[in-house]
Amino acid sequence: MNINKFKSNFSTRATFRGLIAIVIFVAIWEFGARSQDLIGYRMPFIGLIPPPTAVLETWADLVVDVSYWQSWYMSFLRVFTGFIMAMIVGIPLGLYMAINRTFYGIAFPSFEILRPIPPLAWVPASIIFWPTQEMSIAFVTFLGAFYTIVINVLGGAKSINRQYVQAAQSMGASQADIFRRIVLPATLPSIVVGSAVGMGITWEVVVAAEMISGGGSGGAGGGLGFFIWSSYVGGSYEQIIVGMISIGIAGFISSELLRKLGGRFTPWLKTR
Amino acid sequence: MSTLEKNDSMPTKGAIRIEDVVKVYDPEGAAVMAVDHCSIDIPAGEICMIVGPSGCGKTTLLNTIAGFHGLTSGHIYLDDEILCGPGKEKAEPGSDRIVVFQNGALFPWKTNLENIAFGPMMEGKLSKAEIYEKARKMMVDAGLEGTEDAYPGEVSSGLRRRVEIVRALMNEPKVLLFDEPYRALDSLTKSVMHEALLEIYYKNKVTIFFITHDLEEAVFLGHRLIIMSSRPCKPKKIVEVDIPHPRDYSVLTSPRFREIMNEAKSVVNEEARKAFEAGEKEG
Repeated sequence: MNINKFKSNFSTRATFRGLIAIVIFVAIWEFGARSQDLIGYRMPFIGLIPPPTAVLETWADLVVDVSYWQSWYMSFLRVFTGFIMAMIVGIPLGLYMAINRTFYGIAFPSFEILRPIPPLAWVPASIIFWPTQEMSIAFVTFLGAFYTIVINVLGGAKSINRQYVQAAQSMGASQADIFRRIVLPATLPSIVVGSAVGMGITWEVVVAAEMISGGGSGGAGGGLGFFIWSSYVGGSYEQIIVGMISIGIAGFISSELLRKLGGRFTPWLKTR
Repeated sequence: MSTLEKNDSMPTKGAIRIEDVVKVYDPEGAAVMAVDHCSIDIPAGEICMIVGPSGCGKTTLLNTIAGFHGLTSGHIYLDDEILCGPGKEKAEPGSDRIVVFQNGALFPWKTNLENIAFGPMMEGKLSKAEIYEKARKMMVDAGLEGTEDAYPGEVSSGLRRRVEIVRALMNEPKVLLFDEPYRALDSLTKSVMHEALLEIYYKNKVTIFFITHDLEEAVFLGHRLIIMSSRPCKPKKIVEVDIPHPRDYSVLTSPRFREIMNEAKSVVNEEARKAFEAGEKEG
């Protein structure tokens, strides 16, 4: 988890083992994928996918291709639009449900009925009621992060140690002070956790949504999900793998960014 | 209060009078009487140890003084001013009565220094610079220098307790309300904390209302022990500790200390047995 720890352990035995394992994995993949040529027998499953060397070759061509980076850009844009909207709406909603019993009574049941509906089930409906395709994809990604963020914020704000509030009260804090200086910071760790989980779901959702809704009329490129889908339709198996790995990297970058940011907002948790 | 030194170092403010207080939980349903016609008189500047079995209602009494709970009947006065009583079921929480909680309530998201500065910042009477200057000085006085910028989670539990007491004192309270603050500490840390608390007390004399069920702690720290009966809570016996302050740990081996311990122990044991037989649960 901790990146510094990871760095300081870089030369240790565990890292060495990890590297060896990756090398062996890639070697088996390469061998398996070429088994038809090498030993005259096609290995099951692995014999059907392109070898890593071929994937790298394809990737090298794509790196200089603008449309490949366009896909990255589109997916990132959608993920962050949906995600930031989910934070803007979800954090205040969760906090308000936690501090206002009346509002909780009104909003929580509806929320709980909507929550189990998977974001992808919203795809057709959102295509119908949002004017542009871009908006419907953003909406579905928004939903991916929204429920997780609200539930985490609500849970975090509700489980605040009551004695923090009592201590603040007896030291003369007003209601507004208690919200700003106790409830908000005490909920921050839950906000960070909820966001991290939400970000993961957002990537899952955006890829699926892009595959379903297609390249789109915008012509600006369909994102990494559509990149994989069109590679499949076009029969370029190497590109499918490139797309998959790209999403893995993109997801990792997003999580890392969030973790860094989250760490900055919750410096007191660093030492735990 | 014969054991209370009547010299001018004792504060004139901070006397608490608990008068015939009753606290019943859930008056409509299965009424549970937590506090039963309890009267305690605590003069300003006294360390008053409230001793009793777990779950006897001591904390209820403390919360009533602090203003976290209301009472059912009776009065509580602070320096002849009514805190709560008929027509005013719940006292207003205020910086004249600060609670030091059982599990600690330092804000983990604030550094030790920020925690200590919190009360005066809320009061808003002094400038930020003045508050932080005072906070730093208080920390140095309490032997906490070097931990100013650490978060509470980064220091030992003993240090945390000390920070919390300093935070309480920053508000210049008349009364400190301790709710078994050292319960979770090991006995060695505890003995260090006791001496540290007395040291702080000798510098800033305030009334201390201290809940515990550690008898040794009670006799070592207190001017008086108020031994409570098991639920419902009411004073059963008052034990005067006539060992003069300032005290240090050599007191523990003195014959007088043993005598007082024995006197108190028999009463406490009897109550503990009653509580046990009544099937009282921990809490």
